[in-house]
Amino acid sequence: MSTPELSCEEVIERLFEYLDRELDTVSQHEIDRHLERCYDCFSRAEFERRLRERIAATGSQQAPERLKKRIRELTG
Amino acid sequence: MTPVESKQPGQVSTADAQRVFREHVERLMDRLYGTALRLTRNPDEAEDVVAEAVAGAWQRLDQLKDLSHLDGWLFRILHNTFISLRRRRWCREDREVSFEQEIEDDDTRFSLFEHLHQPFLLWVGRPENDFINRFLEEDLRNAVDQLPGPFRIVVVMVEIQGYTYEEVAGILDLPLGTVRSRLSRARGLLQKSLWQQGRDAGLIGTSTGFTVGERR
Repeated sequence: MSTPELSCEEVIERLFEYLDRELDTVSQHEIDRHLERCYDCFSRAEFERRLRERIAATGSQQAPERLKKRIRELTG
Repeated sequence: MTPVESKQPGQVSTADAQRVFREHVERLMDRLYGTALRLTRNPDEAEDVVAEAVAGAWQRLDQLKDLSHLDGWLFRILHNTFISLRRRRWCREDREVSFEQEIEDDDTRFSLFEHLHQPFLLWVGRPENDFINRFLEEDLRNAVDQLPGPFRIVVVMVEIQGYTYEEVAGILDLPLGTVRSRLSRARGLLQKSLWQQGRDAGLIGTSTGFTVGERR
């Protein structure tokens, strides 16, 4: 038995959980299928993915030498 | 400072574990510091959080059964260190969040995509992607740093560290629903902040998202 196709509203509602991989496999696949045929939702998902990549990159910043030295002393 | 002297037969020696630990910390240093800086917004405090977390992990290295989990373990200790150092302040900021929930609902539902996407322009380009690409890393850092503490930490844990909602709930000792709600609101606030920064930098027109211009 096939599941009814999701509407754009339903996909948008769950898009972040989808990108966060928080959905069960069935829901994940339902959204995958929707994104394959709906270019607007696909664009939205790609945009949020790209934004997330850029946000994730803010979690890395050159550590000061002083901190590196402090860590070397702690683990020396 | 020296962790335990010996391991069970079949496990790596203490000296090997210590060597692996040093190598991982060296490799992860910029990420540990960057994450601590996003959490604390203060370079001195970020250094303290990293140093205390590394010292704690070093002392408890014998408790780590599998060295392949070292990276995740270190980041978990980093988060726990930050949380324990700031617990008193968090209580105060939690009250601020309740207040904000009443007054800034529009901001927390803000969607950059909906402000930028122009379906009829698909054949000439994607303004929303141009908009994201033209941000400097510093702009994105500012947007994260401007989030209130309890919102900021869930963004750091989910979007930067890749924790599951359940893991975040466990580490922060919060109900799962609160994690979901804070994350959703944090994303709205973050996107609103980027929109405003984009307007200030001249990346978009003042009345609509129609024009994505060069950075001023």
